[in-house]
Amino acid sequence: MTYTPQKPRLAESSDKLRARIPGWGADLDPADRPSVPRERFAPEESGAHWEYPDEQPELWPRERSLEHTRLPPVFGTTCPPKGLSGAIRKLAYAKYSEGRAAHWLLLMAGDRVDALESALRSMLTLRPDNPVTQTGVLSEGKRHGMSSRLGHNRADVKHHWMDPIIVGAPWAGAAAATYRLFRRR
Amino acid sequence: MRAMVYRGPYRVRVEEKDTPAIEHPNDAIVRVTRAAICGSDLHLYHGMMPDTRVGFTFGHEFIGEVHEVGPSVQKVKPGDRVMVPFNVFCGTCFFCARGLYSNCQNVNPNATAVGGIYGYSHTCGGYDGGQAEYVRVPFADVGPGLIPEWLDDDDAVLLTDALPTGYFGAQLGDIVEGDVVVVYGAGPVGLFAARSAWLMGAGRVIVVDHLDYRLDKAREFAHAETVCFTEHGDVVLHLKHLTEGLGADVVIDAVGAEADGNLLQHVTAAKLKLQGGSPVALNWAIDTVRKGGTVSVVGAYGPLFSAVKFGDAMNKGLTLRMNQCPVKRQWPRLLEHIRNGYFKPSDVVTHHIPLEHIPEGYHMFSAKLDNCIKPIVVPSAA
Ligand SMILES: [Zn+2]
Ligand SMILES: [Zn+2]
Repeated sequence: MTYTPQKPRLAESSDKLRARIPGWGADLDPADRPSVPRERFAPEESGAHWEYPDEQPELWPRERSLEHTRLPPVFGTTCPPKGLSGAIRKLAYAKYSEGRAAHWLLLMAGDRVDALESALRSMLTLRPDNPVTQTGVLSEGKRHGMSSRLGHNRADVKHHWMDPIIVGAPWAGAAAATYRLFRRR
Repeated sequence: MRAMVYRGPYRVRVEEKDTPAIEHPNDAIVRVTRAAICGSDLHLYHGMMPDTRVGFTFGHEFIGEVHEVGPSVQKVKPGDRVMVPFNVFCGTCFFCARGLYSNCQNVNPNATAVGGIYGYSHTCGGYDGGQAEYVRVPFADVGPGLIPEWLDDDDAVLLTDALPTGYFGAQLGDIVEGDVVVVYGAGPVGLFAARSAWLMGAGRVIVVDHLDYRLDKAREFAHAETVCFTEHGDVVLHLKHLTEGLGADVVIDAVGAEADGNLLQHVTAAKLKLQGGSPVALNWAIDTVRKGGTVSVVGAYGPLFSAVKFGDAMNKGLTLRMNQCPVKRQWPRLLEHIRNGYFKPSDVVTHHIPLEHIPEGYHMFSAKLDNCIKPIVVPSAA
């Protein structure tokens, strides 16, 4: 009851739950829960044999958050920034801290530009982007695309129609731009 | 080697890519035998995570065999069968020294607000992930754990994120005996969180989702009551009625940024990417929990702002607790629970997909076809 001091009664007692559910109450004591307390000093657990790790070589000026006072000793080296998207990303890191919306919005813009320039660049390779195979849309036929959606009262089915537009819009835009370019000549 | 790569929102393909090399004395190269696709990979796949680069390989949940080690590695050797926590962490920085492995300061130049995560965009450090034949594993003496012989590959791969994260989510709720626990999301993390809530003494566990096959799993695997939110015009009101008007003592958000249920939020967050994620589940959690209760968030959100109902949280005196899971801290206890038969992690696995077919795997998982709960990727050499 909400309007009196007592908690509502449970349908099942602890004893009943213990009998029905394997392991019920095994971690009832917070001391058995590995993340209690939240901060715990346990240097023997980590396996590290350094106080500060060796530093990985920096092979190109690694883009980094303004909030770091130095380059951390270890970092990922895949996909270095390149092209226009690379310039946008470097700007986001060089100018704005993580606290600024501009930092994240520039990075999002860089991602959109990256997808577009990479699609254009792929046209010059032996393996251009292929929206049909890359979207995995062929699984619709093999994985019960229709029966998985129909009659299930799913909330997400209402907006699945938007997905092809999101995937197709850059292509449609590029096609339109190319058409206008050639018509002008 | 063969590796999955991102090509743009909703598009991935398999490419020939350079096999990773040792870049730091404590690196290992691991030959992947199993990798999982995770619900949070969908944030990358849908183009919601800032600084997700074309050519980047996803995959933060993987196990494999050690192939090569750097000169300072002492704890693992080539041939060892290892599971690798999704966190990249150094073991000795200010945060690691306090057990906050998911918040390591020494592994992510791109941001200080998040630690290092394999295959999770440059915002999380720019490490290629494990949906590939090989992967670079930094701090091989710190992160990876030897897989006990009695543990199956499918169980082990779930110990790299989904099970520890669900279990951690229940711990963040500070559950006491007899608590009413509501879990939003019946994906693998939500299912494990619900199951874990019983271990901590919950008196009632209610799981909310809209996919009926997942709610079936919540009843059978997690022994939970279930609520399908599309069957109720107002799911929060329904849950209030189920709890005699009080609300739940603890609510766990195991959904995160991809939440459905509110078209406006979905369009502004998931489609237009103007928010750090659709906070529908989080807002429902804030409204569902009782005054003075605890909301535990283990669903992933992006770094941009989200439209969260903060006034309600304040007025209700809520405790909000959240973090990426420090996976390695959970292992010893979870292995005991698995041995005791309290969990069979691979019970949530529904599909095995060859790496070469991963674009179709992503579409199936994203569109929730074929009753998919947890798909596992198997490289051809595995
Ligand atoms: Zn995951
Ligand atoms: Zn650290």
